[in-house]
Amino acid sequence: MKAVTLERLEKTFADGTRAVRGIDLALEAGEFVVLLGPSGCGKTTTLRMLAGLELPTSGRITLDGKDVTHLRPSERDVGFVFQFYALYPHLTVRENVAFPLRCAGVPRGERARRVGAVAEHLGLGALLDLRPRQLSGGDQQRVALARAMVRRPAVWLMDEPLGTLDAALRAELCEFLRAEQLAQRVTTVYVTHDQEEAMRLADRVVVMSGGAILQADRPGRVYDEPADLFVARFVGSPGMNLVPGELRAAGAGGVEVVLGAPAEGARGAHPNPPPTLWGTRENRPAGDPPGVRESGENLVLHRLSAALPPGPVTLGIRPEFIALDAASSLRGRVAVDEYLGASRCLHVDTPAGRWVVRVAPEEPARPGSEVGLRLDPAHLRLFHGATGARLA
Amino acid sequence: MSAPFLAVRGVVKRFGARTALAGVELELGAGEIAVVLGATGAGKTTLLRTIAGLERPDAGTVELAGRDATHDPPRARDVALVFQDFSLYPRWTVRENLAFPLRAPGRSLPQAEVEERVRAVAATLRIEPLLERDARRLSGGEMQRVAIGRALVRRPRLFLMDEPLTNLDAKLREALRLELVTLVRSLGTPMVYVTHDQAEALSMADRIHVLEAGRVLQAGPPREVYLRPSSPAVARALGSPPMNALPARRADATWVSTADGTPLCPAAPDAPAQALLGVRAEHVAVTGGTHPATVEVVEDTGPHQLVVARFAGTRLHLLVPRTLELAPGQTIHPCMDARRVVVWSAP
Repeated sequence: MKAVTLERLEKTFADGTRAVRGIDLALEAGEFVVLLGPSGCGKTTTLRMLAGLELPTSGRITLDGKDVTHLRPSERDVGFVFQFYALYPHLTVRENVAFPLRCAGVPRGERARRVGAVAEHLGLGALLDLRPRQLSGGDQQRVALARAMVRRPAVWLMDEPLGTLDAALRAELCEFLRAEQLAQRVTTVYVTHDQEEAMRLADRVVVMSGGAILQADRPGRVYDEPADLFVARFVGSPGMNLVPGELRAAGAGGVEVVLGAPAEGARGAHPNPPPTLWGTRENRPAGDPPGVRESGENLVLHRLSAALPPGPVTLGIRPEFIALDAASSLRGRVAVDEYLGASRCLHVDTPAGRWVVRVAPEEPARPGSEVGLRLDPAHLRLFHGATGARLA
Repeated sequence: MSAPFLAVRGVVKRFGARTALAGVELELGAGEIAVVLGATGAGKTTLLRTIAGLERPDAGTVELAGRDATHDPPRARDVALVFQDFSLYPRWTVRENLAFPLRAPGRSLPQAEVEERVRAVAATLRIEPLLERDARRLSGGEMQRVAIGRALVRRPRLFLMDEPLTNLDAKLREALRLELVTLVRSLGTPMVYVTHDQAEALSMADRIHVLEAGRVLQAGPPREVYLRPSSPAVARALGSPPMNALPARRADATWVSTADGTPLCPAAPDAPAQALLGVRAEHVAVTGGTHPATVEVVEDTGPHQLVVARFAGTRLHLLVPRTLELAPGQTIHPCMDARRVVVWSAP
C-alpha cells in the first residue's frame, strides 16, 4: 500500500486559474518527496490540497489507503510547517511545541518527555520558557519545526520551511531535517523553489511547471537525465547549457548536430555554416571509440546512432562536463567569471552561443581570455526542438 | 586602493538603547563593487541608509569623492537606492515609474532628455515591451528590473542596493545576479550591495565586508575571505556547507583532535598549543588519512556529493566528486589538505 496517493488531482480557482492539472503521484511509506518549481507552478496548491486547506476540483487523495479527499485538515493525520511560522504568541516555546500532543490527548509525562527530546535535537533547550516574540526569526522557525516534528503523523507537509533563514542556519536545519526524517521514517512532502535544497533533501524530486509534473525521479537522475528543457534549465546552479541546433543526416546512417539552426526557408543556403558539434561520420574508422575529435573547423562526435529523425534540436551539457582545452576548435572569449567558493563558473562567448563552464577555483583564465572548449561526449544530451522532450 | 570613492569611517548609529552600527569601516574604489554580507539584524540596511543620508550617524564620517558628506542631505549625495520590496507605484505604467526620478523637484530635465534616458534604460534592461504596462501587472522579476531601471535612469555616481533579489525565486535570482553585475560593471558606476546570500557575495564582489552585530568582522576580496576567514564567525557566514571547525591541540608537529586524540594534519613548529582548525568541505579527501570515519549521510548536490562523516568527535563535511561511490555506513579515511587549513585561536 502506498502511504500517499494523488490521482488525477485537479484544481481550478474561482477566477479560472488552472493551478493543478490532473497530476498523479504515489509515495512509498517513509519516502521524502520534494515538489520543486518556480512561483505559480502549482506546488503549494498541491500541498494545500494534501493538507485539506484547499478542496480539489476533481481527483482523489489517499493517506495510508484511506480516501481523505473531502476530509477537514483536523481529520487527516498530517503535520505541517509553513514558511511563515504561525506560533501562538501567548504560549511559551514549551507550550507551543507541546500543543499538538495536547490536542492528541497525550498524557502529561509522555508529553514532557517528547518535547524535551525534540527541543534538545533542535537546540531549543534554553529557550523553552520564552515566548515567540522574544526569539529571533531563525529560532521561531526552529520552534515551528519542533512543533511539527514532536508528533509522528502519517505524513509531514512542509512549505518552504527554511525560506527566510540565512545560509548557515538553512544548511544546518536542512541536515537536521533529513537526519530526523531518516530516523523517524515519516513520509514527507516538502515544497521549495530552491533546487539545491531539493537535491539535498529528496529521495525523489518532483519537478513541476504550469500545474503539471514534468519529472519525478531521484535527484541524480533529474540532474543527469532531465526529462525536458525546463528541467534541464531549472535543476542545477547554473542550469544546463542549452544551445539550439539542427539534426542532419550525415551519410551511411549517421547524424550530426549543426549548432545555430538556420532560419526556416534558409535551410541549405546558409552563407556561413556554423560549426558542426556533434555527429557521426560515414568515413570514421571501424572500432573508433566514442569521443569528441576535431576535424578542421568542426568538432565531430562519434556517438549517435541514426535512430533520430532530422530536424531542430537543442544540445545540452552541464557546466562541469566542459573542459578548457587550448587545442579544441570550439573557441571563445571569457565574458564573465563567477567565483562561487567551492567552484567557479566561466561564461564563454563562442560563435555557437554562450557556454557556462565549471572550472577549478585556481584556473588562470580571466574575463577577456581566449579559451577552447572540449565537451565530454558521454554527457551530451539532445532535446526535441519543438517539444523540448529529451531525445538522447 | 588609491583615494577611495566612498569611505565610511568609524560610523556608529544607535537607536535608543540598541547599537545598530558599532564603528563600521568600509572603502570603495571607483568602479568597484563592495558587498556587505550579513544575517538579518546585522546592521546592513542601517549602513546603507547612512551612506544614502537617510540616517545621521552618531559618530564617524561618510566621505564621497574625497569630500566629507556626513551632513549632506540625501539629494546632495547623488546616490541611488534600490530596495528589496521593489517599491514601484502600482498604478503607474513602467514608463511613468522610470521617468519619476527625473521629474523630482530640483531636477528640471527637458522632456526630450527624460524620454531619451527612459528609452536607453529600457533597452539596457530589455523591458521595452513593458513600458506601457501598469506596474502592478508585472511579475516579480520584471518589477525588480524596473526598480533597478529607476536607479539607472538618474545616472547617479553611486548605487546602493539593499537585497534587491531576495524576494525572487532562486532561479530568477541567479539569472538577475549575472545581469546586474554585468550591467553595473559596464556602466563603471561603483556600488554597495547588501545581501545575506553568500553566492551573490562571492560572485559579485570586488570586496566582501562580513557584517555582524554592527561590526565588520573581515573585509577583503572574495577568495581571501572564503579561503582565509579571520574567525569562525566569518567562516560560518560564507560557504555551503559551512566550513568544518575542529578543536585541536598540538602534539609536536601534528594537530590532534581535542575530543579523541585523532591526528588531523601537520602543525607548524611555531603554532600555539591549542587551536580551532578550520577546513572547507572541498579540502578534505575521502582517502589518504590514517584514521577511519563512518559515513552518515551522502547527498547529491548536482556537480558534487556532500558527505557527512563521524570523525574526531565531530560531524565532518566533505565535498567530493560524484564519481566516487559512497554510501552511509561505509568507512573512509578523511585527509585534510594541510595547506588549506586555517588556524584560529582556541575558543
